[in-house]
Amino acid sequence: MRWNLLIGLFLLPLLCACSGGESRVVSGNREGILHMGNGTEPQELDPHAVTGVPEHNILLALFEGLVGKDPVTLAPVPGVAERWEISEDGRTYTFHLRHDAKWSNGDALTAEDFRWSWWRGLQPTLGNEYAYMLYPIKNAENYVTGKLDDFSQVGVKVLDDYTLEVQLNEPTTYFLQLLDHQSYFPVPRKILEQFGGVSARFSKWTRPGNMVSNGPFRLKEWKLYDRVAVEKNPHYWDAANVKLNGIVFYPTENTSTEERMFRSGQLHMTSSIPLDKIPAYRANHPDALRMNPYLGSYYFEVNITRPGLDDVRVRRALAMTVDRDTLINTVLQGVNFPAYAITPPGTSGYQPPQLFKFDPEGARKLLAEAGYPDGKGFPKIEILYNTNEGHRKIAVALQQMWKQYLNIDVGMVNQEWKVYLDNRDTHNYDIARAGWIGDYVDPNTFVGMWITGGGNNHTGWSNAQFDDLVLRRIPAMQTEEETLAGFHEAETILMESMPIIPVYTYSTKYLLDPAVKGLSANIMDFYSFKNVWLEPR
Amino acid sequence: MWRFIALRLLQAIPVLLIVITVTFFLVRFAPGGPFSGEKAVIPEVKAALEAQYRLDQPLFSQYLAYLSDLAHGNFGPSFKYPGRSVNELIAAGFPATFELGLYALLIAVVLGMGAGILAALRPNTWSDYLPMSAAMIGICMPTLLLGPLLVLVFGLHLDWLPVSGWGNVPGDKLLPSLTLGAAYAAYVARLTRGGMLEVLSQDYIRTARAKGLPERTVILKHALRGGVIPVVAFLGPAFAGLLSGSFVVESVFQVPGLGRFFVQAAFNRDYTMILGSTIFFATLIVLFNLLSDVLAAWLNPRLRADLGGRR
Repeated sequence: MRWNLLIGLFLLPLLCACSGGESRVVSGNREGILHMGNGTEPQELDPHAVTGVPEHNILLALFEGLVGKDPVTLAPVPGVAERWEISEDGRTYTFHLRHDAKWSNGDALTAEDFRWSWWRGLQPTLGNEYAYMLYPIKNAENYVTGKLDDFSQVGVKVLDDYTLEVQLNEPTTYFLQLLDHQSYFPVPRKILEQFGGVSARFSKWTRPGNMVSNGPFRLKEWKLYDRVAVEKNPHYWDAANVKLNGIVFYPTENTSTEERMFRSGQLHMTSSIPLDKIPAYRANHPDALRMNPYLGSYYFEVNITRPGLDDVRVRRALAMTVDRDTLINTVLQGVNFPAYAITPPGTSGYQPPQLFKFDPEGARKLLAEAGYPDGKGFPKIEILYNTNEGHRKIAVALQQMWKQYLNIDVGMVNQEWKVYLDNRDTHNYDIARAGWIGDYVDPNTFVGMWITGGGNNHTGWSNAQFDDLVLRRIPAMQTEEETLAGFHEAETILMESMPIIPVYTYSTKYLLDPAVKGLSANIMDFYSFKNVWLEPR
Repeated sequence: MWRFIALRLLQAIPVLLIVITVTFFLVRFAPGGPFSGEKAVIPEVKAALEAQYRLDQPLFSQYLAYLSDLAHGNFGPSFKYPGRSVNELIAAGFPATFELGLYALLIAVVLGMGAGILAALRPNTWSDYLPMSAAMIGICMPTLLLGPLLVLVFGLHLDWLPVSGWGNVPGDKLLPSLTLGAAYAAYVARLTRGGMLEVLSQDYIRTARAKGLPERTVILKHALRGGVIPVVAFLGPAFAGLLSGSFVVESVFQVPGLGRFFVQAAFNRDYTMILGSTIFFATLIVLFNLLSDVLAAWLNPRLRADLGGRR
């Protein structure tokens, strides 16, 4: 009998089951709290120690850079700097900081805070993976790679408390865009020094109670594996126009669970949506489904040192027999856009070249010219992808299309993520899937990576003319038109020799409660939380 | 009895040392590293990161340094979560995992033993076939399927229980515990049935019945004690299994537990986190095995005598 009692006592909390009560979305709407599925547990909230999208989302709520972005057009808008001037030669930027900008503890935010933060982000011992985002600044690269010890040689100068001058290596048309990237955010020197996080990653300065930031929100709670909650920052210069009282970010790496949470009113928005759920939402709740073009490309890298693949005609034949429209309409639920070059169309007014189209007839001819008529004698090659159901389906589709149109047999290998990365890095593959998300809206982020020996160019492709254009001629160009024409020329060179097979341009896809207003869609999937409000029907 | 426990604890030391050593070198020989990602990291930055985590030193001296940290109870800093120590990550995740495992175990014991006893009382009748078929389904059905199924029925269609979460709203612990406990309940049911059937055919049960004791007393007092020994022996490893195998349930129900992060640590090549959680779980398994051996001995007088117990 005593056992029964004991067991009953243990089970009591379990059995007190009544779902009732109001959902988080309802209470959130009333309290002005946005509940958001955010993908994964944030690695850190130190802007110089993280690279992921979930972390970036939280940092956008916590910090503000010198210049922000319009949530619709992505045009630069004043942030901590209320205005700025650009010199004639485009190499010197002078920022005038607003006098009412403050840290979330009420301390004044000055030009020196930015200089110190960029110094910290460039500390060679820190290991800031995004340090390269600061490379447009004069000597920043030399400093982080240890070629230069003296930080005063780096192009950032405090003219007075509220004036900051930045010298660039070259006129960089997209420089203003970078300023609301986390690598350019100010971090609070006093707090970092207090908790020992100046030149090491291991620090407690980002814990609730310790952390100080300068954005529209400040850190309230960080319950590991469960949630990160931020609340409105009363010291923010534009606090009067911040409508939300807070945001709660949930680590929701299981997208099916996330979708069920959304359905039961636990989330205002999700980080993603399983592809197989899209038809149901399209039919029943189209108002909750959000799909927008996203600045990213899905493509396959071709190892051009492998026999067969070393012939450009073969690479072209492969690219010409990928029926992108069919692939997108079937496997991908019609969410994405076909791609024929690496840069997504419309990237800051740029239209990439399209040198080929779906053309099985022409492809067969090219393959025959290369010495493989009707696929005869073609060496056995394999498609490498990291283990994931979505990637598998696309690889299967390619395998079938190449069999159908070119009569060649292609194998498939899936590998766990890090193994796949390792093999791609060591060029131990034939054809490998890849994805690239732009760091900023400019063709440079897509085209620039294909230079000889570039860290993200695993194809073995190298072209002196291309290198010269990307590394020397384009940076020296003065006007926007000239630059875009330069990139067009470079990308044409790239796509003529086709070390990559572009497949599609990404889309964001997620669920959004209709009560959420002011969350504008843009190709960076950049959220301006200060403009968001909740308005239940 | 104390000698037995002390001996077993001593035996655990070399076991754990082997676990530590094998894990340490295995994770290092896995391709890829903690700092590889879709975007290439510039070599200077990578070197700086490696230096912060001693990865620039020879492997064997890293191993010795790790052992020395371990001796001080320090699992080291996490690679994936730069501001956190592995101790902190385990401490943050373990309570939910432990609670989940405990509830699952209770559900397994209550449901399983109930079904097992019921089945053993009238073997080869419907009251045997029904719970045993249910148990078979329970064993075969993976949590990956059972969890979402329960959520669809009880969470979304009937709207009786929350679809996810842990300790946020009343009742949100029931579905995850049930999902995790189901398969174990099925094992317990089969073990109870077997144990009970064996005991019920023994002489002392016949004696008890002959004395005219009520059937209820015979079953619950005399038969059950002997009949549950196989279950008790199973409970230790089962609980350790529940704790280290809660990954899927934690992921499906959004439980802030260690299981999710234990598995992800391997994908992330978070060396210290893999090691820390492996050592932690290995220690638990050793302890729970010991505990269930002690408990089984205490229930079985013959074994107790062998171990030099005084009672």
